[in-house]
Amino acid sequence: MANEAAIINVVARTSLWLQPHRIVLILIALGLVLAAAFFMRWDWLPQYYEMGLIGIWRSLWILAVTCILGFLFAVPLGLAQATGSFWFAAPAKAFCTIIRGTPLLIQLWLLYYGLGSLFPQYPWVRESWMWPYLRQAWPYGVLALTLSFAGYEGEVMRGAFAGVPKGQLEAARAFGMSRWKIFRRIWLPQAFYRALPTLTGETVLQLKSTPLVATISVIDIFAVSSKVRQDTYLTYEPLLLLALIYMTITGILVFAFSRIEARIPNKIG
Amino acid sequence: MVGLLHSIEIALGATCLGLLIGTGGAYGKLYGGPVVRDLLGVYTTIVRAVPELVLILLLYYAGTDLINQALTAMGYQRVDISGLAAGIAVLGFVQGAYSTEVIRGAILAIPQGQIEAARAYGMSPGLLLRRITLPAMLPFAIPGLANLWLIATKDTALLAVVGFYELALATRQAAGVTKAYFTFFFAAAVLYLLLSLISNFLIGRVEAWSRRGMPSLREAR
Repeated sequence: MANEAAIINVVARTSLWLQPHRIVLILIALGLVLAAAFFMRWDWLPQYYEMGLIGIWRSLWILAVTCILGFLFAVPLGLAQATGSFWFAAPAKAFCTIIRGTPLLIQLWLLYYGLGSLFPQYPWVRESWMWPYLRQAWPYGVLALTLSFAGYEGEVMRGAFAGVPKGQLEAARAFGMSRWKIFRRIWLPQAFYRALPTLTGETVLQLKSTPLVATISVIDIFAVSSKVRQDTYLTYEPLLLLALIYMTITGILVFAFSRIEARIPNKIG
Repeated sequence: MVGLLHSIEIALGATCLGLLIGTGGAYGKLYGGPVVRDLLGVYTTIVRAVPELVLILLLYYAGTDLINQALTAMGYQRVDISGLAAGIAVLGFVQGAYSTEVIRGAILAIPQGQIEAARAYGMSPGLLLRRITLPAMLPFAIPGLANLWLIATKDTALLAVVGFYELALATRQAAGVTKAYFTFFFAAAVLYLLLSLISNFLIGRVEAWSRRGMPSLREAR
């Protein structure tokens, strides 16, 4: 019985969604895709296939690393702004304002060209163990993206930490929990649940800012498509494919986050 | 400095264009027929899922190319589209998608009775839009639109990638010539930050003005 009802439900929903005009639109879209597939040049694909995969992998890798590091950095930032004394809150607030007030491209170039040109002037930097890393582009890209994610996320976490009801914390204190335990068991999880919907959006935004690292010569998927365009003199095909790749990644990200969100007890606050 | 002016010009133009598209888009999404609604849904979804940099490249090249091809097909001469116009058009197109969603939400936040009352008075749709919907949605839309304006100012930096001469590219060239990379990029960052802070202040004033007559946020809580 329950099974049948579920099937009927699904059928009803699809028929509601598949109205006649939608079918026409889908057909038009399919036609466009087919036209693109047949009339445009795709013969460069096999040649750059492997490079593209490496590029996608690198983009995803940068995204994951910067998001995780940025989030770890954002938690103390948010905490400092939400509860800290003036001497903690003011620098955290200043940091967030500066990061959010300047374009990521400028931050990236400031770090890569600016700092990158300052380092070689000091011999001790050149002799240190860090020099092989500092000569490459990706550490600057990762650093800039991490800082920017932390800046935006710090603001979100401030709101989330402040939004946890006082009673929860007082109850935890009444149980005799230590401050660290309260933070770990009560405060952080609840703030995290609150921030999760925003986090989804921020992660997608972060994905959309990863192509900027291509401007400082990190070979991500965007740089691969630029290279294809330079090699083959094609304008649209690589860009269209690139847009499609980003849309797919966005779709997967949103889906994954909605799964995580669905697992969270929905009565908070 | 010319670069800064260019940046502000583009951001202003793009935001205005985006607002126009956004208002139209929001109206279409709320009151339009099913086809219009779906098409707008596709537009906002695609624009918001693809990185701005990719969109800018795509629209910048595709847009100028398409216009030129259309012109030659109709027997006119090819025109050289100025970077300013192309930049405004491209960023405006991107902003339009975001502001569509912001304005749609804001219109939905207007108490339904106000619009119904206006209809009952026999106002024409144009008058309704001008007198009731736009002023009433403004306080709800301003925070979102303010964010969009700040994003627009920062997105202008992306136009440097397609070779349009604005603050970021100007800085890069100046830095390349003088080899003082750090100083110049730092100065540019400060300029952008000042722009953000000043507009923050102005937006606060505008928001206070648009909320006049409404209970203040603190009292409402």
